[in-house]
Amino acid sequence: MTMGSASTWALRFYAALVFAFVFAPIVTAVIFSFDTNRFPSLPMGGLTTHWYELIGGDANVWEAARISLVVSVTSAVLATIIGFGGAYTDFRYNFVGKSLFLGLALLPPTIPLIIMAVAMLGWFANFNLSGQVISIVIAHTVLTAPFAMAVIRLRLNQMDPSLEAAAWNMGASEWRAMREVIIPFTLPAIISALCLTAAVSFDEFAIAWFVSGLNKTIPVFILEIFTGNVDPRVNAIGSFVFLTSVTLIVVSQLLLMQRSKPAGAA
Amino acid sequence: MPERNSHSSAYAWTWRLPMILWQGLFFVGPLVFMVAMSFFFVKNYRMQPAFVLDNWANILSKPFFWNAYALTLQLAVISTIVASILAFPVSYFLAFKVSDTARRWAVFFLIIPFFTSYLVRTYSWQVLLAENGVLNSIFRFVGIGTITMLNTKFATIVGYLTLCLPLVLILQTFSLANIDKRLVEAAYNLGSGRLNAVFQVIIPAAKTGLVVAAVFTFILSFGDFVSPYYLGGSKPPTLSILIVDTVKSGQQWPRSAVVAICMIITLLTVAFGAIGYAYRKRA
Repeated sequence: MTMGSASTWALRFYAALVFAFVFAPIVTAVIFSFDTNRFPSLPMGGLTTHWYELIGGDANVWEAARISLVVSVTSAVLATIIGFGGAYTDFRYNFVGKSLFLGLALLPPTIPLIIMAVAMLGWFANFNLSGQVISIVIAHTVLTAPFAMAVIRLRLNQMDPSLEAAAWNMGASEWRAMREVIIPFTLPAIISALCLTAAVSFDEFAIAWFVSGLNKTIPVFILEIFTGNVDPRVNAIGSFVFLTSVTLIVVSQLLLMQRSKPAGAA
Repeated sequence: MPERNSHSSAYAWTWRLPMILWQGLFFVGPLVFMVAMSFFFVKNYRMQPAFVLDNWANILSKPFFWNAYALTLQLAVISTIVASILAFPVSYFLAFKVSDTARRWAVFFLIIPFFTSYLVRTYSWQVLLAENGVLNSIFRFVGIGTITMLNTKFATIVGYLTLCLPLVLILQTFSLANIDKRLVEAAYNLGSGRLNAVFQVIIPAAKTGLVVAAVFTFILSFGDFVSPYYLGGSKPPTLSILIVDTVKSGQQWPRSAVVAICMIITLLTVAFGAIGYAYRKRA
């Protein structure tokens, strides 16, 4: 009945292998970003920061970083506002067509990015929006709002719904109850959602590639320099990208992991 | 007590409307327009609104489209099967053999790669799998010799797994951890062997979650263009690569819309079929 220790160890070893497979590409990029060899292989050449200096001195990289920053911050804020509204609506209201509302709110990430990219490209062309930074912002907001909604909805799940009603009974208006009960309670999730949506936007390349025109974000820049050719600059930019998104995701998750505390005085 | 001023519809619509407007205008709008666009007319590299079947006739009559379709389907099915099978023992381990805390941390770590640049991870696989790459230098060192991995279907599948495995592991682990542990114990008490319990009790009990994980793998693999392009060598092309090539080589957006719609129809069919199967009552 109990697991033989041999098979437990076999399972443990196998699990370690699968985790190694999942994390190998991330570790590889970071290690070889310091390799002197032009073509990364074993044994490694020597250690160098040459590739970092190369990208650090490239004005195109800085321009791409600037656009990525603008796009991910703007779309994160928009997506979190929209996602918050969606989560609160789902938490508080029942209405005719609610499942339609939820479908509209949550479906975007299930459509392959390449399909959304074609659809957005055609749609934006109607409004002379193709090739503009704002079209990347709009598209990324569509894509990331569902993640923000899910994160905030999870947090609302931990809230006693009678808290809000108690505030109303004590004479608070709906707006005041929102400001003094709901928003403080969901604040960790709101910040978590901001980080998560910024990370997703920061890494998205398919839609950005199709609709960005000359305004390249960092992932689009990477996509264009690695057209089949090995270029060690990718490892250096890649390490920077990993550092950024891993930080955002870890912060996002740590905020969410805080267990629900009683929501202070309402 | 609900009072008149504390339940205003203006308040309700404030939270509801941004989502409806934004996703209506920028999610539904583009998809509906894409369907319309597939009937547009292209003349002198300019797209003109029309209702013609030229684009559909053009794409659906081309053998290269159907070849790409078959290849994409084949790769996505392989990826789904391989990911589900490779992940299962790990999910089983995480669901039944470790503490709740360890499981939470494992999921924590799996979420990180899922949201971390897939593009750069794919580039790393190029470095690892190339003729003169890291893995081959190890193979040569231990005397196996050089194995061609890059620009093969194998490499494409490796890329798909990189994309999908974290999500599959998370979904499988959750569905297995939610099984009523008494069911499993009852199986053991009735003299069921370990493997027998896995196939007779655990897999049927977690069927829905396992199928949902498989469906996500299929969707992600079917739509991805990075792995077949940069790891698989882009030739022959998958449907996603056809879209990229058609769009990037000129104004043939309507034709790429046709390909995209065929992909959506396939995905909807697979997703509804699989979910229907998952929720069907067990005999």
